Parts: sequence; structure tokens; C-alpha cells
Amino acid sequence: MPWQIVIGLETHAQLSTRSKMFSGSSTAFGAEPNRQASAVDIALPGVLPVANRGAVERAIRFGLAVGGSIRRRSVFARKNYFYPDLPKGYQISQYELPIIEGGALLIPAADGERSIPLTRAHLEEDAGKSLHEDFQGATGIDLNRAGTPLLEIVTEPALTSAEEAVSYARALHALLRWIDVCDGNMQEGSFRCDANVSVRRNASDPLGTRCEIKNLNSFRFLEQAIRHEARRQIELIEDGGRVRQETRLYDPDRDETRPMRSKEDAHDYRYFPDPDLLPLEVTPDWVESVRAQMPELPAAMRSRLAGELGLAAYDAAILTGSRELARYFEAIASRLPGNAKLAANWVMGEILGRLNREGLEIGACPVDAARLAGLLARVADGTVSGKTAKEVLDALWSGTETADEVIQARGLTQISDSGELEVIIDGILAQNPAQVAEFRGGKQKVFGFFVGAAMKATRGKGNPAQVNALLRRKLGADA
Amino acid sequence: MELSLDDVRRIAQLARIAITDAEAAATRDQLGNIFDLIEQMNAVDTTGIEPMSHAQDLTLRLRADEVTQTDERERFLALAPETERGLYLVPQVIE
Repeated sequence: MPWQIVIGLETHAQLSTRSKMFSGSSTAFGAEPNRQASAVDIALPGVLPVANRGAVERAIRFGLAVGGSIRRRSVFARKNYFYPDLPKGYQISQYELPIIEGGALLIPAADGERSIPLTRAHLEEDAGKSLHEDFQGATGIDLNRAGTPLLEIVTEPALTSAEEAVSYARALHALLRWIDVCDGNMQEGSFRCDANVSVRRNASDPLGTRCEIKNLNSFRFLEQAIRHEARRQIELIEDGGRVRQETRLYDPDRDETRPMRSKEDAHDYRYFPDPDLLPLEVTPDWVESVRAQMPELPAAMRSRLAGELGLAAYDAAILTGSRELARYFEAIASRLPGNAKLAANWVMGEILGRLNREGLEIGACPVDAARLAGLLARVADGTVSGKTAKEVLDALWSGTETADEVIQARGLTQISDSGELEVIIDGILAQNPAQVAEFRGGKQKVFGFFVGAAMKATRGKGNPAQVNALLRRKLGADA
Repeated sequence: MELSLDDVRRIAQLARIAITDAEAAATRDQLGNIFDLIEQMNAVDTTGIEPMSHAQDLTLRLRADEVTQTDERERFLALAPETERGLYLVPQVIE
């Protein structure tokens, strides 16, 4: 029996501010425990929070990027629960009046694109970290992360498979990095997903009881956890049981989810407006000044690359995978008018392939846009063949010369002078009368022998198209 | 709204406050008085009036995104009953 899976995702994106949401502590990752935890962060009595303009501005950027509405007045609320790494006994969050409402994210789908509707995005602060393993009978608390600004981004229950959830998460991750609001570092916990999963027999049935799986910090775990949880719920119902609404943790080692004990009481958060914080006002002027600084968004850039430069939709999607890559490609394409397709093929094939093999990001690419464009200009004008160009790229990759310097120093200029090629080919034909006779007798395969001999004689520098054309003419193959 | 003793115990549990039965009963009465007051206020017709989220009609002051805090770890750790290797120690939390 086919089951419908319904998924909503809540993503916590750490905002890339220098300082915390409500204090002047640094948010830099990796400091010694508690060295970046101020009196506000550790909740000493009598301290007051002061909100960070940079965090609010990042929320506005996100709201503009997803076409959400940006509330002129939003309200910070206290979310009350007890846990040792939450020293105030409440988390400052937004509840009834979040800064961003609505909006949508475009994700790739089999038939083009799908728009995933968002419910809201709100500002809040992160908790500290609990270290359970290292101490006998005790838990160690590090409050460096406490108070780090988060944007919690919530979808409607609109995702229908584990794959689609991952596709959404990847698109969101790329967008957050594109608009410079989150560094996206998943190892450091800058981007974490909670998945609300439920199942039902038919798409027209009401939503089933959901379980929330917490803290999925890799795309692979997100996919596995949703798969597992949906299977668990389906088996439970098919065996005559009922799904209980609860919070669960995914254990990647055992590939299973299990209930989270500490959250048994957690659904009674007793939210109320934080009396320490006045309503947050975002004026239309502020929104407009943020809008004026927004970069071109990936979706707009994709259609521009496809429209203006004639790239395939797939190529445009790859090249806009990150803003750095898109910038790199555009810097090359702008130096090679009319040869965007050549630039796209080289960036996606040779450059991404080499970066991938060496585990590098585009920002660390040893061949900058100007040098690669210099090489591709020589491919475009026929100075070097594609094969020779790869050899030149090897040299550019490990050195600092320009393509022209490498081509000149190594004598790699392609022989496109038909007079010179003709002399070489005449020589080959004269030296191999038997093969010439074979070819003229109808043995077409011998043609490859002549091409090989010509390329060998020119040490690979013969312009392949011209070599082919000359051979055909001289052997009478066209006749 | 009538508050039960179980409601009071539940609220106390959520706030991690240990209360005796006598305290629970006294607290129920006190909270009951507060709810009575709320009932009186609820009787006022507030149709069309936007709720305030703060008693003062002002908006939030924001600070520039700058690191202004210096490291005061040793002073803060000295306030805690138990610490080790720069961490605050608490009774074991089992997940």
C-alpha cells in the first residue's frame, strides 16, 4: 500500500555576525571553553540583553531573498525550559510575531523547479554545549556558543520525500551562503535541521501525528533519519499501533531514531514577550537600504546565464552552486565574448574536476579567472588544441605563468598553417604507399593510421580539423 | 478560571520549584486571585485595539555588530561550585 510521507523542516542557521545576539562576546568558533561567555551569556543576575543590528540585518536579507514579508514590528519572547546549557532558564526567541513571515524557496525537481513555501523565519539565540562523555558522574558546560544569533527557518509541511527534504536543505544552505548571512559550516554546527515527519495513507487524508527528529547536521543524516522515521511510523500503524507525538534523536551508528528523554516536558514552553526587550522595529527605509545591497540571487542569475549566454539549464544550475563559483565563471565569460559555452565546459569539467580531486573549494583554485581566460582565448582562436590546452592547464595549476608564456616557452602553438601541414602530409603519404593503396581500395579504417602519423609528425600540434580535411582531400576520400 | 492543585504542582515542576502540599494550596489561592484580576480585565471590550507587547510604547535600541567583551572566564568560574578544565560541572545529564 502506498503511503504518503509529509515532512516539514526547521533549520537553525547561525548568523555570520562577529558578536552575539544580545552581548558583545565574540562568536568565533573553536575558542577555549567559556572564554567567549560574558555576564549576559552566562545569565548573571541583573544583566540586560542589547540586540545586535547585524543579526537583524541578516534576517532582513533572508526575508528579501525568499520573498517573505518583513514585519515592521516583531517581538522577542521567552521560551522557558530547563537545561544546564541554557543558563537563563529560557531562550530568547520570537513566537507570535516573527521578523519574517511567508516566502518560498525554489528547489530543483525532476520537471524543472519546485517552490517550497516557508511559514516563517525568526531570530533567536543559541544555547551552550553540554559535554557528557569526559567526566565521571558529571556533565561539563561550555557557554561559548550561548547567545550566538540564529535564524530559525520553518517550512510548511510541504516536502514529500527524504530526497526532496535534502534537496530543499541544500538549496537553503547555498542561498544562505550566497547572501552572506551564514557560513554554512556544518561540522561546526552553523547549519542544523530538525525534521517533522508524519505519514498518511492518502494525500487527501488529514496530516498524521508527527515526530520531530532533532539536530541533523549533515545532508546524509537528514536523508537517513527521515527514511528511517517514516518506515518506523508506517510499520507501527500497519501493526495496529499509533504514532505518539514526541521528539526523537537520530543515531547514525545504528541507523535508528529513539525518543529524547530530556524533552518529555518540553512542549510546555510557556512563551511570553520578553520584558527586557522592546518590540523590534524594521522601518521601510531600512528594508530598502538592505535591498539596495543585495547581490543578484541565484535563481535570477540562472535564468540570465541561460538567456543571455545560451547555457543549458543544467550548466547554469551547476555554475550558480555558490556565489564564488558564479563570480569565477562570469569573470572568465566576460573576457571571452561569444565563447560562454567553452568557458562553462572548462569550468565544470577541468576546474571543478581538479578541485574535487584535490579537495579544494573554488576560492582556493590555483588558476584565477584571468589566467584561465587567457588559456581559453588560445583555444578559441585555434592556437592550441583542446588536448594541448589541458597540458597547459597542468602548468598553470602548479605555476604562476600565463598561458601565453607556457605556450611560447614549450613551443605548443598548434600548426594551423595549411602549407606547412600539407608538406608534412605529403611526406607521410609518400612514405606509406601500401596504406594509401589499402585506403583507396576501400579500407576506410586506415584513415586513422594517417591521422595518427600526422599528429606524431607534428608532435601533437597539428590542428586536428585541418589535418583531417587535408588528408581527406589528398586521399580523394571526399570524391 | 479555576486552578486545580495539580495545575499548581505542574507549574512548580516546570519551574523546578519544590513545594509542599500546604504551599501548593496557598499558591493555588494566590494564583486564583491573580486570575480573578485577569478575569476583570478580560471583561473590557478591546475590539480593534492592537495588543502591546511592552508597557512602554518604544522600540528596541540596537547595537553595532562589534566584539566589545573581554575574557572574564576566571572570575566567572570562581563563582561556580565545581569546574574543571574551564568548564562548569553540573550533575550528569543523561540523554
